[in-house]
Amino acid sequence: MLEGITILIILQFVGELIAGFTRVPVPGPVIGLALLAALALLRGRIPAPVAVAGDAILKHLSLLFVPAGVGLIAFGDRLVAEGPRLLLVLVASTAITMAVTALVFRALTRDGGDGR
Amino acid sequence: MTLRGLDPNAFWIYLAEQPLFFLALTLAAYLVGDRIAAATGRHPVANPVLIAILLVGGMLLATGTPHQRYFEGARFIHVLLGPATVALALPVIRNRTLIRRQWRAILGALVAGAVTGIVATLALARAAGLGNATIASLAPKSVTAAIAMGISAEVGGSPPLTAVLVIATGILGAVMVTPLMNLLRIRDYAARGFAAGIAAHGIGTARALQVDERAGAHAALGMALNGLVTAILVPLLLLLFL
Repeated sequence: MLEGITILIILQFVGELIAGFTRVPVPGPVIGLALLAALALLRGRIPAPVAVAGDAILKHLSLLFVPAGVGLIAFGDRLVAEGPRLLLVLVASTAITMAVTALVFRALTRDGGDGR
Repeated sequence: MTLRGLDPNAFWIYLAEQPLFFLALTLAAYLVGDRIAAATGRHPVANPVLIAILLVGGMLLATGTPHQRYFEGARFIHVLLGPATVALALPVIRNRTLIRRQWRAILGALVAGAVTGIVATLALARAAGLGNATIASLAPKSVTAAIAMGISAEVGGSPPLTAVLVIATGILGAVMVTPLMNLLRIRDYAARGFAAGIAAHGIGTARALQVDERAGAHAALGMALNGLVTAILVPLLLLLFL
């Protein structure tokens, strides 16, 4: 567990360094994600300690959004200030985006002859 | 401090000064949210993040506790988001055969979803008569907070407002994805998950992981890819709108 957590944090840190030096508009953890994927693909398997620690964290990924999410309540007056129009824009645009993404995905899966 | 004649305000102030208090409160609120979600058979509206936020946020509002004080205590949980994001590579790697076979659908849906996410937001915000600064803050709302705040600063938005909009979008997406996909009769968990990751970043991905591992893998992939594409597209598309 500890070994796995250490590897994940090191990969995040390396990601942060890469982001800082190259100034690409991608956060360190997302670069770390790509590094871990590349590492596992090169080695042909996921390092066992990383799998143990990673699965344990991902099991409760939702929990990790709570502290930032509470900010929604704290800064909620900004949302209220713009009125229900802003909420309407959020709901409608999110629904349209999800619908278009899934429909295009399905259409192209069928074209690919995957038969799902 | 004696228990008899205890002043509730003084007691709250004492609790709020203990660093472990807000950590414990956050964990307890999440466990309550998770129990409620499990009891409803993971009903989309009974989202554990939403319930936990309402419980903790309501308590902070009722007691007038500043968010910053809360966040100092809960920071430890927030910090784990970094390694958790790295760990999202795991479901992607495990589903690599499926992902490789569907690269065409992934690429097409990525471009369609990223463009729609920005254009639909800009068009609706304009139609709703929102101001330019708000529109610039809204444009990157579908991607993970760190990327979205960077884009927002670059195009003249307000990064703190963007952070709020990103979280709100994530929760809305996580709540809407299951009923919306059922309505559209999309049963493929790869398509459902990918849509959640594209439109609702990490919170949508957390929901997808709870529903199905394949959905989680595609959500994680969609989230990571959309971060890159949206960072490139927002400045370009905003030029057409502002």
